[in-house]
Amino acid sequence: MKLKLLVLCLLLSCFSVASAQEGTSPPEDTLLFDSTLLPAPVTNLVAFDTENDHGHAITLEWEISVDDGAGKQSVAMYEVFRWVPDLMTAIPSFRDTLDYLKLRTSSSWSEPEPGSRTDSIHSVFAKLDMAQLEQKKETLERTIGQAIRDLPAAHAAYPENGSWQQVAVAPSGSVTAEDVGTKEKDSPDYLPDYSDFYYRVNAVTADPDIRTPSEIFGPVQSYGQWFNLGRLAVFVFVMIFGFLTIFFVSHARRGADLYVRPLAGIEAVDDAIGRATEMGRPILYVMGLGTADQIATIASFTILGRVAKRVAEYQTKLMVPAYESVVMAVAQEVVKTAYYDAGRPDDYKEDIVFFVTSLQFAYVAAVNGLMLRELPATNVYMGKFFAESLLLAETGAVAGSIQIAGTDEIAQIPFFIVACDYTLIGEELYAASAYLGREPILLGSLKAQDWAKAAVIILVLAGLILANLGVGNDWAWANNIVDFFRVVD
Amino acid sequence: MRRAIPLTILAVVGTVLIVSVFLPPLENLGEDFTLFFDIIAVFAFFLGGGNLVRIHFNKLWRKRKDWGFSIVTLFGFFFMLVIGLLKIGNPGGIGADPTAEGSWFQETFNYVINPLQSTMYALLAFFVASASYRAFRAKNREATLLLLAAFIILLGRTPFGVMLTAWVPESWSIAQIPNLAVWIMNSPNLAGQRAIIIGIGLGVVSMSLRLILGIERSYLGEDRG
Repeated sequence: MKLKLLVLCLLLSCFSVASAQEGTSPPEDTLLFDSTLLPAPVTNLVAFDTENDHGHAITLEWEISVDDGAGKQSVAMYEVFRWVPDLMTAIPSFRDTLDYLKLRTSSSWSEPEPGSRTDSIHSVFAKLDMAQLEQKKETLERTIGQAIRDLPAAHAAYPENGSWQQVAVAPSGSVTAEDVGTKEKDSPDYLPDYSDFYYRVNAVTADPDIRTPSEIFGPVQSYGQWFNLGRLAVFVFVMIFGFLTIFFVSHARRGADLYVRPLAGIEAVDDAIGRATEMGRPILYVMGLGTADQIATIASFTILGRVAKRVAEYQTKLMVPAYESVVMAVAQEVVKTAYYDAGRPDDYKEDIVFFVTSLQFAYVAAVNGLMLRELPATNVYMGKFFAESLLLAETGAVAGSIQIAGTDEIAQIPFFIVACDYTLIGEELYAASAYLGREPILLGSLKAQDWAKAAVIILVLAGLILANLGVGNDWAWANNIVDFFRVVD
Repeated sequence: MRRAIPLTILAVVGTVLIVSVFLPPLENLGEDFTLFFDIIAVFAFFLGGGNLVRIHFNKLWRKRKDWGFSIVTLFGFFFMLVIGLLKIGNPGGIGADPTAEGSWFQETFNYVINPLQSTMYALLAFFVASASYRAFRAKNREATLLLLAAFIILLGRTPFGVMLTAWVPESWSIAQIPNLAVWIMNSPNLAGQRAIIIGIGLGVVSMSLRLILGIERSYLGEDRG
């Protein structure tokens, strides 16, 4: 069964490769139409692993053809070819088939458009029942995993079972090119590290059928270096920011009085808790739809800790409906700890933080219902929010609650601004816990953030000026500085 | 001790994750750490389900306010659990994917949960209208600017907006309402958004450093030894 499926996929892949290569020139041999134009080949071709990157890339260098800009002057461009084993060519086709099988066994399946790629795959599998499709899906998943693991061996089998494929193009006069793949194994551009690659470069004339291939160079392998220099600018910035944070924190520890700009939304938290206490109504704390590994949710945990401590001190009722199980478990611990810290462990109840559902609009229905039945005096929305932001905030406004919101989701900020009384915009969400705590060392880290912000403003302005000067005056030093800040993955 | 262990784990994992961004040989290590989260999440799933059942059973048992809703919740929970686990109606049998077409689990999702979710989402249209009404009242200078910008963008995206300023010559095309709407979106709006995004980036780095360095501990509570 597995063998049949493999053969079938290889056939489909051959079909797809054949169609993909239609219209491109055959790379194998020199085609002579007018021998007087036939250019001399490039010489001294070398290929090596691209330095200071994360791997999955090869750099090629050569000496230009003597007919490039001189001699016959017939070279229009250079085409870089890599030898690719059939197995590597077949993987995208396997994936197409797997995507089809996933779609076919799901509820969103609909008949494909006649003549489409999906239709051609469907014609092979149309008569299979659901159980057989499921079985084929599992087999194919295993086959793809094995094929990816076998890629280095398939490359080592050069020149058996493979073909030359164009991977880059360089204009005439070029002496270098890069074959850049990706590390993502699911991507069609995946380039496996530690595999033997073979290259050749064709000198091509204005007539693409007239070309001269170079000598073949190989084997060469790609691999990641110890440090990815493409991210040097980010590294430098993180180091400076880390240094600033440590500096201001130690400064604050020594007793320096640090001024940080007051945030109306944070100042309102205490008033809002007081209001709930006076009215005898609960406080609703919504952590959004984020998962516990997202930084906005982590920021929300820290704010919840501060809010829960005040709530416990005032002996007000708190409700925290959770969208995700992990978030619920962590929030329970945070609230429990806050009640202990406030000296009121007896007031803590297990159902303060409760799980609702992990369906977005079902969660909205549940929380909106809670708002309209319990009429909380204060609603606090902190974390990751999506389309439900306005549904929640508008219902809260209808229920007459004071509302404080904070999110780093750009698209949702306007909704909160119009529907809530106070909104923490973007970074203020991350600063809120430090503001609420008013602890000097936390304020020190905020001070570092402000300095970094000032640095960013200066860099943006400097970059703007340098980029324009560099382009206008062809100043290499200006372009070099701009390039330093360019992040290359 | 109660705080030392989680803080140490956080510092080590956080540092490795940051370093793995710059050091390619450690890239896979970073990915492995994120897998640990998925493993923990599986266990937490049972906690979530258990919490839901416990709270609603309690509510029902003690006949607390609105206990009727708990019956609906518990019925929905157990119904989906049973038909999903036993693969009732699944054409592929017990070994098949529970979401296979034709299974009760998938049919219930398609014909009950999906329409209900869509209904909730559809309410957004009315909420947008009521929120816009509140936001676009020209109470002060900023609100008036907001109102004007919103009016131009709304108008610029309708055929009427195109008709209204079609007579404006090409040399003054920026004054045509659709072009003005595009300019508002691409220039002042985008500039503002990017400023917020840069701020968020700094906030994320700052928050992460506070957590890794153990400066932010509010989520762990005060040290009680």
